[in-house]
Amino acid sequence: MTEPRPAAATRARRVPRRLGSTLIALVILAVLLFPVYWMVNASFFTSAQVLSVDPPLMPWSGTLDGYRQALESQGPNLLTSIAVATGTVVLTLAIAIPAGYALARFRVPGAGIVLFAIMVVQMVPNIVLANSLFDILSSIGLFDTYVALVLADSTLAIPFAIIVLRAFMLGIPGEVIESAQLDGAGYLRTLTRVVAPMSRNAIITAGLFTFLFAWGDFLFGVTLTSGQGLVPVTVGIYQFIGTQVSEWNAILATAVLASIPAAILLVVAQRYIAAGVTGGAMKE
Amino acid sequence: MAVSALSVPRPVAAPALPLLERRRRLAGAAFLAPAALYMIVFFGYPMVHNLVMGSQDYSVSSFYTGDAPFVGFDNYAAIFSDPAFWPTLGRTAMFTVASIVFQFVIGLALAVFFVRRFPLSGVIRALLLLPWLLPLVVSASVWRWIFDQDNGILNIALRGAGVIDEPIGWLNTVAWSLVSVIITNIWIGIPFNLVLLHGGLQAIPGSLYEAAALDGAGPWRQFTHISWPLLKPVTQVTLVLGLVYTLKVFDVIAVMTGGGPASSSQTLTVWSYQLSFNEFLFGQGAAVGNLLIVIALIAGLAYVRSAQQSLRSAS
Repeated sequence: MTEPRPAAATRARRVPRRLGSTLIALVILAVLLFPVYWMVNASFFTSAQVLSVDPPLMPWSGTLDGYRQALESQGPNLLTSIAVATGTVVLTLAIAIPAGYALARFRVPGAGIVLFAIMVVQMVPNIVLANSLFDILSSIGLFDTYVALVLADSTLAIPFAIIVLRAFMLGIPGEVIESAQLDGAGYLRTLTRVVAPMSRNAIITAGLFTFLFAWGDFLFGVTLTSGQGLVPVTVGIYQFIGTQVSEWNAILATAVLASIPAAILLVVAQRYIAAGVTGGAMKE
Repeated sequence: MAVSALSVPRPVAAPALPLLERRRRLAGAAFLAPAALYMIVFFGYPMVHNLVMGSQDYSVSSFYTGDAPFVGFDNYAAIFSDPAFWPTLGRTAMFTVASIVFQFVIGLALAVFFVRRFPLSGVIRALLLLPWLLPLVVSASVWRWIFDQDNGILNIALRGAGVIDEPIGWLNTVAWSLVSVIITNIWIGIPFNLVLLHGGLQAIPGSLYEAAALDGAGPWRQFTHISWPLLKPVTQVTLVLGLVYTLKVFDVIAVMTGGGPASSSQTLTVWSYQLSFNEFLFGQGAAVGNLLIVIALIAGLAYVRSAQQSLRSAS
C-alpha cells in the first residue's frame, strides 16, 4: 500500500508544472499568431473602424462589408488561383511520381546527376527563372496564359515532390514490388497498382504542398501575366493594396480568403505537414 | 541506393546485359525522362538563357526584333559601378543575416521548449506553423497593415503605452523600412526553424539526458553539452536552407515597401526585378540575377555537403 504513494506524489507535483508549460505555450501562441488574429479581426472592420485610432479588439461590432467587396473584386481571382494550383498539382504529380519511383527503385544511368540537379536547382532564386521564363514564354505566345503559370509554378514544386516521393518509395519493401512483378505485372502496372497506392501518404503530402506553393506564388503571377485578364489572388491583393489603400477591411478580407487553403491544411492534414517541411530538407 | 529486386549478377564473360536488366533500365529511364526533360527546359535552359542575357543589351525592343547585341561584360560593369550596388549588397547581407540569426535563435528556443511533453503541446506546436503556411503576400499585407503609420496597431499600441509621441513611419521612412521587412521575414521563418530543430532534438536519445541528470548536470549544461553538439548537422542544414530561402525573398519586400523609400529596403532580388520589369533593362536584371545564382550556389554546395555529412553521421 505504501508503494504507489511516492509515484502519486511526484505526479501531483508534476501536474502543476506541466500545466504551467501549457500556459506559457498558450502565451507564445497568442503572441506569435497575433498578426493572424489581427488580420481576421480587421477584415470585419467597418470603413470608419479602419480609419480609427482606437480600433475594436474584437470583431463583434464588425460588418461583412469587407468580404462583400473582396468577393466582388477578387472572386474571379480566387477561382484563377484554384485553377492554376490544381493544374500545378496534376502536372507536378504526373512528373514526380514516376521520377521518384525511378530514382528510388531503378538503376538508371545518370540518376545521380538528376538527383544532384534536383537539389541544386532548389537554390536558384526564382527571380532568375522569372527573368528568363518571361522572355521564353512570351516568344512562344504563352504570356498571360494558364499554361504559363502552371508550367512556371511547377518549378516551385517538382524538385520538392520528387525528393519527398523518392524518400518514401525507398522504404517500400522490395519483396512487395518483386511479387507484383512475378505475378506478371509490367513496370507501369506495378507503379500504378502497387507502388502508388502504397505511397499514398507521400503523394498526399507532395500534392498538398504543391497546391500551397502554387497558391502562394506571387513572382510568376506578377511577371508572366499582364495583370489584367488572368490575375492570381496574390497579384490581386497586391493590386488591391496599390489602388485601394484606405480599404483595408476588404484587402484583409481577401487575405483571409487567400489563407483558407493553409488553414484547411493545418486542420485536416496536420500529420502531413511536418512530413512535408522536414521531408524536403532532411531526407536527402 | 536503388535496391534492385530482380538484379541478376552480371556474367563476367558476356558484355551484353541480360535482357531483363536491360528492360529494367529502359523502364527506369522512361519513368525519369519527363522529369529530366522538365528540369532541362524549366531550370537548365532559363539559367543558360539568363547567363546569355547578362551579356546582351536586352531591352524591350529585343522582344520584338529578336535583336540583342552582345556586349560582353558591359552589364556587369554597369551594375558594379552603379551607386546602388554596394548599398544594395550591404542591405541584402543585413536582411539575410538578421533574418537568419533571429529566426534561428527564436526557433531553437521554441524547439527546446516544445520538446518536453505537456498537455496540448502537439496542437500548439502545429498551430505555430501557420505563419509559414500562409501565402507570403498575405503575411506581407497583414504586416503592412500592422506597421501602417496612421492606423496600424503597432503605432497605436506604442502611443497608448507612452513609448512614442509621434507615430513612426515604419514603412515609409529610410530609417525603419529595412527593419520592418526584416521583422516580418523573421516572423515568417520562425516556424520553419522550429520544425527542423524540433525534429533534430527529438532524435536525440532521452537516455543521454537522464545520464547527464544523474551526473548532476542542470538544464543549461545538458543543452550545451548534449543538445547543441548533437544538433549540429541539423543546425547546419537549417542555417544553409535559411540562407538560400532568405536570398530569394521577393514577395515580402515587394508588397510591404516595393524596396523603398529611396531604395532603403531594396535587396539584390528586388533590384533584379526592378531592373528587368520596371526599367526594362533585362540584360542588367539578368546580370544581378547571375550574381544571386553564384551566391546561392555557394550556399547550395555548402548545403549538399552538410546534408551528406548529416546523412553519414545519421547512418
